[in-house]
Amino acid sequence: MVDAALVGELTVIGPDGNPITYPMVPLLWGDRIFLTSSVLDSAKIAHVKANPRVSFSVTNPDGLGTFTGMVTIQCDARVSDDDLHAGWERLLPNWTRKDPATVGLLKARVGFPLIFERVLIELTPRRTWLWPNGRTDRAPQTTVAAEVAR
Amino acid sequence: MSPKLGLPRFARTPGSSEQPTPTAPSASTTIEPSTPQAPATPTEPVETPHSPSADALAKLSAYGRAVLSWVAEDGYPMNVDVEIEVKPAEGTVRFDEPAGFRIAPGTPVAITGSHIRAIPDGGFDQRRHVTVWGPAAARPRGRFAVTPGRVWAWDEADMPLPAAYERSLPKARRYFDVLSAERGELVRPKLPRGLLFFRATRAPFLSATFAPVLLGLAVAARVGMFDVLTAVITLVAASFVHLGLNVANDVFDTLQGADDANRTPTKFSGGSRVLQNALVSVREMSTLAIGCYGVAAVLGVILLILRGSPALVGIVVLGFFISIAYTMPPLKLVYRGLGEISTAIGFGPVMLLGAYTVQTRGSLSLEAFLVSVPVALLVAMILYVNEIPDRAGDASVGKRTLPVRWSKVAVIRGWDASVVASFAVIVVGAAAQVLPLPALLLLLAVPLAVRVHSGLVRFYDNPYALMDSMAANINLHMIVGLLLLVGYLLTIADQTLLGRRPFFLS
Repeated sequence: MVDAALVGELTVIGPDGNPITYPMVPLLWGDRIFLTSSVLDSAKIAHVKANPRVSFSVTNPDGLGTFTGMVTIQCDARVSDDDLHAGWERLLPNWTRKDPATVGLLKARVGFPLIFERVLIELTPRRTWLWPNGRTDRAPQTTVAAEVAR
Repeated sequence: MSPKLGLPRFARTPGSSEQPTPTAPSASTTIEPSTPQAPATPTEPVETPHSPSADALAKLSAYGRAVLSWVAEDGYPMNVDVEIEVKPAEGTVRFDEPAGFRIAPGTPVAITGSHIRAIPDGGFDQRRHVTVWGPAAARPRGRFAVTPGRVWAWDEADMPLPAAYERSLPKARRYFDVLSAERGELVRPKLPRGLLFFRATRAPFLSATFAPVLLGLAVAARVGMFDVLTAVITLVAASFVHLGLNVANDVFDTLQGADDANRTPTKFSGGSRVLQNALVSVREMSTLAIGCYGVAAVLGVILLILRGSPALVGIVVLGFFISIAYTMPPLKLVYRGLGEISTAIGFGPVMLLGAYTVQTRGSLSLEAFLVSVPVALLVAMILYVNEIPDRAGDASVGKRTLPVRWSKVAVIRGWDASVVASFAVIVVGAAAQVLPLPALLLLLAVPLAVRVHSGLVRFYDNPYALMDSMAANINLHMIVGLLLLVGYLLTIADQTLLGRRPFFLS
């Protein structure tokens, strides 16, 4: 589902302790989930750095193709900003598959250079809640990562 | 999936037949844009905090379902898709407690409605979202109600990419500052050095220099005075003065806050933005400006040695003075409504007569001056039109350009008068046989001038829609210069290659 989803929702904890939800494009790299954020939205990055506890959900039916379910994944997030300029490029094939408009923007990089100065946010799942039919008015199926279960 | 749940997950966009799940929203207060959508981009939303309002609830009511977020007891946030019911009259959003979760009454929650439209061939557009925050107040039968205390809404249709980008630049610069402090080394965005130089110096605008210099050389050549070496040196020196001016202009506009205040820059206005994008430092830009002026000064000295004359000395000094005083305190000519006249003099008579004087060893002529008039007026009009979208930012920092001072009608009349004068000078000059008849070729540019005028009238208040007219206005200067040059080359060819008296003057 994460690989099929065009957009999901990342919820982080803001400095006042309240949740903040950002629509974002989830990208798989191997078996890991990545999000990428431009430095233009540095507030989001700062929130994740300050508190890496996040949750990510896929609820948007528009980008799910044949999938009908919904999922929420509680995660530990790690921000990688070692190479803002090119560190995210390994995700480009997956990103342009989901959002082909990125190719055109990349060509206009000189005009909007900071769009492509980006951090990577790597999500390590802890718990997962799955609603196979998208019925969130019914109890979800829950899975727990092995290290969390211990 | 959505129909099973009884309410739409996403709102209908009027006129959109591609909407995959287009069930109409239940509330009558829905606000949906009907204007064409900006292209989907990977830019992040720009936070536009404002007080909670009926408008925000109206936006949220367009979503039958939304993502409910809260911080769970284990310290992790949780988000679950829920059905929502907006009650505009009581100013609340209601939802049922999600099955399998416990939300304590009073828990701070966020409710986010999010929309995209999937494009059949791949990708998505029509991105927008709205979030309201507030404590979850318990209602009977397991329901909760939230009275929003805070709102965040974003819609790419309301804010084009360039505007969203500019609004976020201060946050991005702060991020680089923090990262640099954490690492103990300078961290900044990157561009290839060639592209960075190209952008920092605004090299494409060199056409404003080429036109007068080449015309000055052509006018001199028509009277039989042309030397390749000094012609090349003149062109290169004038180009470096221009590049130095562009870079110095960015430095002083940044130091005086004008470029930071400008939230609607275009590729023709608002400076190079390399400082706003943190691509270079003020110190580096200052060094670049000094370097450009330094190269120009050395070449100027060489020209004075090779072709020195009192006239050339005066022109060189005047050119450097105008270039530096343009934005540099205390004169700041452009801040005092003198930018257009300074530009006209600098990129008109100074450059054209300067090039002519180098070739003619100190002579000045009425012909060269007349040819410089349309070039001067039209280059001033480039600045003048480019200042139109900048006028709000300029006014906020006391940069009193003519578009800041004048009304729309007065600005357009000023443009009309300048362009008519540009054409009239050449027509009168040709009629008086001061200029060769082929100079009248510039009249071929009249339709382009008409197009610019129409664009100014229609799009004066829309910076991004005005960009086509700004481009056409730049082309007008370039094409008029080119047509005049072609006219002179035809005349020179007629004189020299055919070895007889100029046909066009006979």
